[in-house]
Amino acid sequence: MLSPTGNTGDAIFRGLMFLVGLFMVSVVIAMVIALASDSMMSIRQFGFGFLKSLHWNPIKGEFGALPFIYGTIVSSLIALLISVPFSLGIAVFLVEQAPHYVARPIGFLVELLAAIPSVVYGVWGIFVLAPFLRVYIEPPTATLLGWLPLFQGPITGIGLLTGGIILAIMITPIISAVVRDVLAAVPGSQREAALALGATKWEMIRVVLVNGAPGIAGAVILGLGRALGETMAVTMVIGNRPEISLSLFAPSYTIASAIANEFTEATDDLYLSALVELGLILFLVTFVVNGIARVLVWNVTRKTGGVGRAA
Amino acid sequence: MSGVAMTKVPAQTVAPRIEVRERQEPPAQKEPGKVKVAVRNLDFFYGRSQALHNISIEIPERIVMAFIGPSGCGKSTFLRTLNRMNDVIPATRVEGEVLIDDHNVYETGTDVVDLRRKVGMVFQKSNPFPKSIFENVAYGLRINRLTRRHSELEERVEEALRDAALWNEVKDRLKTSALSLSGGQQQRLCIARALAIRPEVLLMDEPASALDPIATSKIEELVFDLKKQYTIVIVTHNMQQAARVSDTTAFFLLGKLIEVNSTEKMFTAPNEKLTEDYITGRFG
Amino acid sequence: MTTLTGLCTLFAVGLLIIILSYIAYRGIGSLNFRFLVDSPRPVGEGGGIGNAILGSVVLLALSSAFGLPLGISVGIYLAEVGKGRFTSAVRFIVDTLTGIPSIVTGVFVYAILVLPMRHFSAFAGGVALALIMIPIVARTTEEMLKLVPHSLREGALALGAPQWRVILGVVLPAAASGIATGAMLAIARVSGETAPLLFTANGSRFFSYYLDRPIASLTVQIYNYAISPYDEWHAQAWAATLVLMTLILGINIMVRFITRKRF
Repeated sequence: MLSPTGNTGDAIFRGLMFLVGLFMVSVVIAMVIALASDSMMSIRQFGFGFLKSLHWNPIKGEFGALPFIYGTIVSSLIALLISVPFSLGIAVFLVEQAPHYVARPIGFLVELLAAIPSVVYGVWGIFVLAPFLRVYIEPPTATLLGWLPLFQGPITGIGLLTGGIILAIMITPIISAVVRDVLAAVPGSQREAALALGATKWEMIRVVLVNGAPGIAGAVILGLGRALGETMAVTMVIGNRPEISLSLFAPSYTIASAIANEFTEATDDLYLSALVELGLILFLVTFVVNGIARVLVWNVTRKTGGVGRAA
Repeated sequence: MSGVAMTKVPAQTVAPRIEVRERQEPPAQKEPGKVKVAVRNLDFFYGRSQALHNISIEIPERIVMAFIGPSGCGKSTFLRTLNRMNDVIPATRVEGEVLIDDHNVYETGTDVVDLRRKVGMVFQKSNPFPKSIFENVAYGLRINRLTRRHSELEERVEEALRDAALWNEVKDRLKTSALSLSGGQQQRLCIARALAIRPEVLLMDEPASALDPIATSKIEELVFDLKKQYTIVIVTHNMQQAARVSDTTAFFLLGKLIEVNSTEKMFTAPNEKLTEDYITGRFG
Repeated sequence: MTTLTGLCTLFAVGLLIIILSYIAYRGIGSLNFRFLVDSPRPVGEGGGIGNAILGSVVLLALSSAFGLPLGISVGIYLAEVGKGRFTSAVRFIVDTLTGIPSIVTGVFVYAILVLPMRHFSAFAGGVALALIMIPIVARTTEEMLKLVPHSLREGALALGAPQWRVILGVVLPAAASGIATGAMLAIARVSGETAPLLFTANGSRFFSYYLDRPIASLTVQIYNYAISPYDEWHAQAWAATLVLMTLILGINIMVRFITRKRF
């Protein structure tokens, strides 16, 4: 650990290291300042009403974030609902059930899903997933569950549901990878204690899951953080319509996709300021969510000194 | 349970001898030597290397048998073959028979889960679940569905905690986390957890090695008490402990069983030279 | 129950195979030499992604030039200083920066570079990508440095070497291969980024390597082609996707191959 040694080389090195640390801190501070100051115009104009207003009308100069907040939250929730059971299943399978020589290559393949860029998921989403949903999944769902407002309205394959499904695919490798780390960090003595009392394999796995519960919660929140900020794939399949509709088949809009779509078209300063304000909101929300997740996961995996993941 | 008098080693003996504890009460009533566990020609392999060689031993009911021997001699491995805990380690192989109540537990078709209910285990380092004290003790009862009503569950938990000499210390905080207990208390909790399901045999793998002397003596008193009801096999690297606590002792060396004898004889006049060398400290 | 968890895993792996093979299937048709060297042409005249490939290379080189040294330095800072509240704050910041959506980074760089300069530039794009790269590289560097055994450090210190020599001359080389693989993975990750480039480097239809002009990139090109209404451009999007995925998968598999004996 660096401590004063009286050597000039060391003093210079320590100084440089401090500057480097300072750099990171200043980057974040600069981010907050830049985002805040460029959204000042919009904040002054709309105040807190920005968060509650339904109207996003660039031509009239009316800007309200509620449709985007709605789209972001609902698409992320759908993604979590689908992804969490799958991720848990994958993690349990790879850590507790598969033999080592199978778990490692299969784990690698699942992690490769995370290496696919967002825009590629978007392309696949437009040309493969959306038509598939439009033809094979959404019509039968509409016939079966059409009495729920969730499944009414015109079916195009592009909409909130598609966005949620694509997000689910994208966050599954992350959640399952972290849960794998968490489960692997549970000491073997816990497993042996359960088995020695006459537990079946599944009862023992339940004990492991209880042990890993805080870490698993952290993994899910990490996945949520990812889902909230995903841009390209979502903007390509969600329809980009700033309207709130109860139906999952309807097009929607998320904060990230709104920024991506409209930033280069922002003609006047107020428009731009409103978009930057959206960016500020996204920044703050993901900062908090990821902070919570890291705290939960850190405590579990750092104990064993396991190699962390640059998620 | 009255205190135990440890007589000091007389200075003039040439080699240090272990004093066997003076029994201050008549031996407890026992069944006339019925065999609970019989092991025949047991070989054990970790992958290709052989860890246990041709072990044959009979463990009678309701006694305390101690396994002693230097580190790495196979006594813990052998202990774990008795409840098939070694099954969880990949690439292990067993040849020979382990008969519990005349039934070979390595026969195909044996219900291993049921075996582990009958043969309980306490580990070297206490491993309570991250749950409340009550839930820890109740765990075995719940998963084996041994009680029908909640009041019955509570009774069994209290009984187990009393048997483990922990009840008075925790009766007012059963719902608090088990991890808030001291090391010695956690170990007694693990014993209570194992006792709650009323196993017939209790295997203890160096149960006191991670504890301070006071906690250790509490555990030893406990073992002495428990043998009235249970067959106990205790692995220990501490010969004085073996002498204090057990009726019979088995000496292991390099994966082989060298000698089994009554504890008194083992530590005063063992049959084998190897045993004598170990006891007197010539090696190990 | 085992079948249930096994099915989940099978589903995930199956999905991967489906997506990758579909990309290959749709992309291979339009892939030819002209496609890889030409710049875009109006619909119906063919064209290619040559300028986009060049653009991506320029952007990756630029971002690595900034991002790798800074990221590794931050990693050294976190691993070697390690104590104190300031360091914990830095570590927390680095960890949460990995979770900031890349589009927010793009907005930030727009605000501090593009607005003052009044035009899009490759430089701004490179800076945005570097900002994304730094936290990732910092974390992997820190982890790799922490894996170097203490005995190595103590041996050098006991010989009278100053700390900076020990760190730069002994510890860093020992962790070098791990840091290198971490860097490769970060580059693979950043090569797939689109959102931050949309309004920093923006995009271009021409060959360019000037840092103060907008520049094309593979990812932005894919995006533009995919959302266009023309079938021909859709086909080009698939082919470009194939090229991108080959690069990214190639890096990932190579890294995995290199590290497989380690663990």
